[in-house]
Amino acid sequence: MDFRLTDEQLQVEEMVRGLSRKEFAPRAAQVDEESRYPAENHRRLAELGLLGMLYPASFGGSEAGPVSYAIALREVAGGCASTGVGMAVTNMTGEAIFRFGSDSQRGHYLPMLAAGKGAGAFALTEPGAGSDAAGLSTFALEDGDGYVLDGSKAFITNGANACVTIVMALTLKSPRKISAFLVEPDTPGFRVGKREHKMGIRGSDTVSLSFEECRVPKSSMLGAPGEGLKIALSTLDGGRIGIASQAIGIARSALSTATEYARDRRQFGQAIGEFQAIQWKLADAATELDAAQLLVFRAVSLKEKGLPYSKEASMAKLFATEAGNRACHSALQVLGGYGYIREYPVERHLRDIRVTTIYEGTSEIQRLVISRALCG
Amino acid sequence: MVFDLTEEQRMIQDTAREFARKEVLPKAAELDENSRFPEELIRQMAELGFMGIAVPEEYGGAGMDNVCYAIAMEEISRACASTGVIMSVNNSLACDPILKFGSEEIKREYLVPMASGKTLGCFGLTEPGSGSDAGSQKTTAVRDGDFYVVDGTKNFITNAPQADTCVLFTMTDKSKAHKGITAFVVDMECKGVSLGKHEKKMGIRASATSSIIFEEVRVPARNRLGNEGDGFKVAMHTLDGGRIGIAAQAIGIARASLEDALSYSKDRKQFGQAICDFQAIQWMLADIATEIDAARLLTWRAAWMKDRKMRHSKESSMAKLYASEAAMRAAVKGVQIHGGYGYISEYPAERHFRDAKITEIYEGTSEIQRLVISAALLKG
Repeated sequence: MDFRLTDEQLQVEEMVRGLSRKEFAPRAAQVDEESRYPAENHRRLAELGLLGMLYPASFGGSEAGPVSYAIALREVAGGCASTGVGMAVTNMTGEAIFRFGSDSQRGHYLPMLAAGKGAGAFALTEPGAGSDAAGLSTFALEDGDGYVLDGSKAFITNGANACVTIVMALTLKSPRKISAFLVEPDTPGFRVGKREHKMGIRGSDTVSLSFEECRVPKSSMLGAPGEGLKIALSTLDGGRIGIASQAIGIARSALSTATEYARDRRQFGQAIGEFQAIQWKLADAATELDAAQLLVFRAVSLKEKGLPYSKEASMAKLFATEAGNRACHSALQVLGGYGYIREYPVERHLRDIRVTTIYEGTSEIQRLVISRALCG
Repeated sequence: MVFDLTEEQRMIQDTAREFARKEVLPKAAELDENSRFPEELIRQMAELGFMGIAVPEEYGGAGMDNVCYAIAMEEISRACASTGVIMSVNNSLACDPILKFGSEEIKREYLVPMASGKTLGCFGLTEPGSGSDAGSQKTTAVRDGDFYVVDGTKNFITNAPQADTCVLFTMTDKSKAHKGITAFVVDMECKGVSLGKHEKKMGIRASATSSIIFEEVRVPARNRLGNEGDGFKVAMHTLDGGRIGIAAQAIGIARASLEDALSYSKDRKQFGQAICDFQAIQWMLADIATEIDAARLLTWRAAWMKDRKMRHSKESSMAKLYASEAAMRAAVKGVQIHGGYGYISEYPAERHFRDAKITEIYEGTSEIQRLVISAALLKG
């Protein structure tokens, strides 16, 4: 048992915190206001080696490891949640290619992702297949020396800015077999559709994708035929740790604004932080966020050792996102009317964090994963 | 960041789990029903070294760390929360302050027998009029040569009826409020010490709780812990450790709620299927399990910090606050999953509910924990 971070992890924390506070946080309100994809932030992440944290330098990565990754993502999201989710999905895409890709796929895509030539995207969700991911209906039928993709994907983060998108599609109708493909943006028949207007993480691009007779070579398959769902689920285990970290980062920022505000704001002749009504909110939020952070660290420690961690990742994601939402609600309440206006960042934090209980597996899916592990 | 248990921590977990399952669990319902102090279990636990886990061997303890203590507390409390609190008070509230603040002579005389489980300790801080506001003590200690003369009444004292030794808090200078508090080690056999009302409680009924009355009790000056006026500091240090014990107790109770509800939900069939196949039940189980894991990580973190002599007041309060409230939620859900069977004493779910409630109250209410945590936050 050792609750300390290593020196290297502490350095990552300090460096990314500095970057996020100096560069990302000051732009976050404007990025949100204009729903603008912060390409300059993505470039900065690339320069600092934060887009390929889960694979080695031989592929352009920084191989910082899952613990440092969780820390870095938390800090980035604390400054700008939109930048955080972009970073999360790019790292997740790279990790999937590193784990399941052929040598040529790794050699081709991983350096591009790490260098920020484009983002990575992960296309699993469809208009009719959300939590029931296996119910997707995009096809990829074998045709000569390639596959032809037909169908559409929904709610794809980074979809408009990706240099490579992992697309899950049915390669066999009966029995249903799902396979994964690496699709490049200029592939004929592949089109980026509607950009969604969202409640929060407005700087992150969320788009639909459509595939119409989109022909990809056989060499674009990630992993073996039929391995798609396995790749998706194991990638999401890692992704969930990312989203849990994102939630902690957002909520910590909200809590820190609320704590500062409670110290300064005076009502009834005293700082509102002297009222127990306010103290209680701060204490509960801080306690739950510490617990969330420990659940995340436990899950990433298991991952780092190559041990199974699905249940623990689900617990971390469920707990961190729900606790993070509660913390942001409380923080907004502490600020009262000022919490509701855009002069303060807390209303953005609340809008941003709302999605964390939904994407990469809703809270309901996390509870399914956990209860299945319990009930056996 | 390493979450693995050490060899020693795993060993005590196995030992405590096995002992709890074989010896403690079969008796828990009867102990509760009869409000019977489990003397035989305490003797067995003494042999296992559980009465002074984090006390060095030279002072009669097992010489392990505070993570070991939290682990053993969880396992014992999983089987019987009453037995858990008896152990916790002895370890955290009686042994620990003497280890930290007692003179060598006092350690030899009182700590060695207590840590080895030959004697039992209690902790006299609470008074009828002084609960969360521990600074408002009325019990007085007046210096008289090599002695202090103690007068006053302590209330809700766990282990009091069986205790041989009391770590007692008194006022030596009323004008200084909490800075006028002084702590002593008092022999319960002393002339003038008597037991008051034996409380009937909602839960942890096998643990005895009574008031202690001190009438012109002459306590040797050498039994003082620290200096005059150090008492509040002694109490706060002690409770920082005690809260780790109660957090672990709460986790044990929560686990009991979960494990019992889980096995019930697999057997119980309604609408043609086991009720654990309904999402309504699955959700409750998933939430309890997640919260238990969160609570345990907070608790082990605090214990780990105590082992490293790091300041851990805030972390202990977070562990205690979170674990006790999570245990209460777990116990409420545990009863609900059992339905009518959760309400009758044939099943242990209702006992867990009654036992869980106290963890939100003693050794600092949830409200006091929130005060500690928010003060640390606002101080920045």
